Amino acid sequence: MSLAVDERSWLQRHRMTVTPLLFLLPGVLFFLVYVINPIIQSFNISLYEWDGLGTATFVGFGNYEELIDDRAFEISLWNNLKWLALYLLAIPAGLLIALFLNQNIIGIRIYKSLFFFPFVISQVVVGLVFSWFYLPREGLLNAALTLFGFDTINVLGDPKMATYGIIAAGLWPQTAYCMILYLTGLNAVNPEQIEAGRLDGAKGVRMLWYVILPQLRPATFIAFVVTIIGALRSFDLISIMTNGGPFGSTRVLSFYMFEKALSEYGFRMGYGSAIAVVLFLIMLVFIIYFLWSMYRDERAARH
Amino acid sequence: MFHKVAKTAAAFMLTSALSLPAYADLSGTLRIMSDMSNPAPRAIMESLASGFDAMHPNLKVELEVVDREAWKSQIRNALTANPPDVVNWYAANRMGPYVNAGLFMDISDMYANGDLPGLDAVKGALTLNGKQWGVPYTYYQWGIYYREDIFKELGLTEPTTFDQEVANCQAIINSGRKCYAIGSKFLWTAGGWFDYMNMRTNGFDSHMALARGELSWTSDEVRATFANWRKLIDMGAFIDDHQSYNWQDALPFVVKGEATAYLMGNFVVPHLRSAGLTDAQLDFYQFPKIGDYPMGEDAPTDTFHIASGAKNVEAAKAFLQYVTSPEVQTKINGPDGLGQLPINANASVSDDEFIVQGFDMLSKNAQGGVAQFFDRDFPAEMASAGMEGLQEFMVFPDNLDDILNRLEKARQRIYK
Amino acid sequence: MFPTPIEKRSKGTQIAYQTMVPVALILWLLPLIAVASFSVRPLADFTNGNYWGMPSTVEFLTNYGRVFYDSDMPRYMLNSVLITVPTVIGAVALSCMTGFALGIYRFKGNLLIFFMFIAGNFVPFQILMVPVRDLTVSVGLYDTKLGLIMFHIAFQTGFCTLFMRNFIRALPFELIEAARVEGVAEWRIFWFVVLPLMRPAIAALSVLIFTFIWNDYFWAIVLTQGPDAQPVTAGITSFNSQYVAQYHLMSAGSIVAAVPPVVMFFMMQKHFIAGLTLGAVK
Repeated sequence: MSLAVDERSWLQRHRMTVTPLLFLLPGVLFFLVYVINPIIQSFNISLYEWDGLGTATFVGFGNYEELIDDRAFEISLWNNLKWLALYLLAIPAGLLIALFLNQNIIGIRIYKSLFFFPFVISQVVVGLVFSWFYLPREGLLNAALTLFGFDTINVLGDPKMATYGIIAAGLWPQTAYCMILYLTGLNAVNPEQIEAGRLDGAKGVRMLWYVILPQLRPATFIAFVVTIIGALRSFDLISIMTNGGPFGSTRVLSFYMFEKALSEYGFRMGYGSAIAVVLFLIMLVFIIYFLWSMYRDERAARH
Repeated sequence: MFHKVAKTAAAFMLTSALSLPAYADLSGTLRIMSDMSNPAPRAIMESLASGFDAMHPNLKVELEVVDREAWKSQIRNALTANPPDVVNWYAANRMGPYVNAGLFMDISDMYANGDLPGLDAVKGALTLNGKQWGVPYTYYQWGIYYREDIFKELGLTEPTTFDQEVANCQAIINSGRKCYAIGSKFLWTAGGWFDYMNMRTNGFDSHMALARGELSWTSDEVRATFANWRKLIDMGAFIDDHQSYNWQDALPFVVKGEATAYLMGNFVVPHLRSAGLTDAQLDFYQFPKIGDYPMGEDAPTDTFHIASGAKNVEAAKAFLQYVTSPEVQTKINGPDGLGQLPINANASVSDDEFIVQGFDMLSKNAQGGVAQFFDRDFPAEMASAGMEGLQEFMVFPDNLDDILNRLEKARQRIYK
Repeated sequence: MFPTPIEKRSKGTQIAYQTMVPVALILWLLPLIAVASFSVRPLADFTNGNYWGMPSTVEFLTNYGRVFYDSDMPRYMLNSVLITVPTVIGAVALSCMTGFALGIYRFKGNLLIFFMFIAGNFVPFQILMVPVRDLTVSVGLYDTKLGLIMFHIAFQTGFCTLFMRNFIRALPFELIEAARVEGVAEWRIFWFVVLPLMRPAIAALSVLIFTFIWNDYFWAIVLTQGPDAQPVTAGITSFNSQYVAQYHLMSAGSIVAAVPPVVMFFMMQKHFIAGLTLGAVK
């Protein structure tokens, strides 16, 4: 090593800045091109009427004005809210199963893995599995209903039930995901605090609420993040199970956007982008909250 | 019979290689993207591709078969990005979006130069804005396919009027069956019902006026159509839960005799046969008369087009000539093939019972006019909104007012 | 441990629990078990309405044989492999680097770039759809596996960076300090000091990304079409249209499509769960 600072090359002197920049470069470049820039472009395209081929015509907020009056958009928006609200059930359901399985019996590891199983298979397969489960004649659901003396129901054919039927299918893998988050969280729960809680006379639900849940906060946070994202991204299941039907009653924004932008009767790229922007803005509320929470944690970690 | 076809096809391969020197040395790759994904059409498409490939030693034919329902939303994508040379699609208005977007190649010169002999009669269905945009390869009648054996068992005969149809249906329902199988998950099957109810109630001309946007969806004529249709719905004529099935899902109802009839295109026949129904059990009749109008019929034409971004135009054109030639037409539409009607005037119609009946009906008893189909005659956007409404009507007939107002609103926006 | 360990409960409770767990599992997996039972039935069972009784014969080989020999499924499966494996390698490689840069160095904008990756990872895909499709078309990668791979790598880099950066943060920083004192070049620190320590993270991330990409459906239908480039998730719908209403074959097809990530999961279970639960427990 040289003694005098000046003798070192420029690169040597600035290596603590140059190295991270070089290491970041490919990743950031990819990300800018494929993620960040498209977001900005989508905002821009949403102000145009464009079929994806010819020249785009600037229409200002015309696409957004059309959205206000669009019945299909309204249905999609409501369905998105249903998804958001009901998908969150995956968190308590996951916690419940995790508590149920958090024991040491022979083969419990296998049981845990098998419970987690639905998360590993693709949503396309989940969608198929559930649409067969719901089949009006051949489906297991109706076979069971008949067995117990109930009338059969056509879940996916009834506009009042179809969306809930799809959400139930979505909850299956999502609950498994939340379960595994909580199982790992439970492993790390401090046994001394449980003992302390027991000495204070805490039991059952009170113990859960005052001692366990606070310690599971990181798991709950992650579960919340992935569930919200999952709810707003829901596309595969709808596309597979009902294709938006019956008569458009199961559309959500992500599906409707796809339909408009890449449909048979015209690529309405501008209109599709406008729908995507609305979806993005809903997500943005959550993203800001997530980032803010993480920022707080980062700050706390530094001190 | 089959041998004769095979022989003529082989002879054709020879002669075409001799008589078309310009295409004899086709080379490169010909990329075909097809939506003929059902088993029988798929086999035909594969044989077309391999047959053409064998004719041209220097040409490589690449075939991609895409799911027929999925293709309807993929075609635009396929044509805009890295387009294949030849694609499948449908005739008439349904070509509109792609013609207007400049995605189909104008092949008027082929018709003008006499490269497509025998196609004059069908040229109209491929004409838009005064130019031709593709070639047909098959067409087929629509009508009511029914279980002859069950009709006999119940002492029913083929109805010719709507009253008879309703009376028959009542007898069928009384026997514990449903009258009609239908699977409306992908909507267009409901379009077929509307076509017939409307053409019969108001006549072919009124139906086409509605398709052109010249008639209101809330008019008395249209309401009369729905009122007739509703009679059947209220009787419980259609199978339950049809909105959850696609059209093939509904086939077992007919096969098992739980429903006696299916309003469908002739392509349904091979499916019913391969499911085990014999010709003694199956028959066909024309949709019965309602109002006093000459009969109009649905006879959709399926087509091939050259993408405007095609790279091997020469081979693509030769392929279009190949599929429309009388020999190939006779063969692919024969009973071992699609079991449908050939589009070339010089091709022979097979002696299959259903094809003969269909050909007869279309040439003798369709004076009202021949329509393509709901989703091909109505502009695409109207068709899509319309079929969604039709499906809703079939499930919730009480929503009719709401549905018609919605469709009327769509009409005023779409045809402006 | 919470709830109270079962072995401290009464004998009766223990037995009740031990029977309840398998019963609950069967109920939980019922839809899947139903499909598995469909997939070994002969067609005749469906025609005769025997959906849920004992299969009249077990047609395991026939049904699965047709999936492999009578359809495009093998092609779709191969496509999935050819898309998934390069994506895993690419995304993991890129994020090792970004994670290293963001986890080790303090510089202006560090947190900002980090948050950009996180935020980008959270966005709904649909906002990217139109421009990404457009970009892919214009560079001639539409309907190619490479086009799909490029996008997947870019998008997954967001999640992977979050993962890697947090993992590197938790490594003993003294090791790096020590290396610096000895004058080891920065890139050598990355290669010889940090990378070996990252092995468990790389393993975890690889399995996880493998599953994510294998199961992707949305981008598969936006950026590709037809059997020459589409992965199995998109191929299964086309398979189903080939065998419409033949539930025994459609079920077998679905199971085949689901198998690779499942095998991956069971082989690499420990890593997989470690990956998923990252950050849940620190």
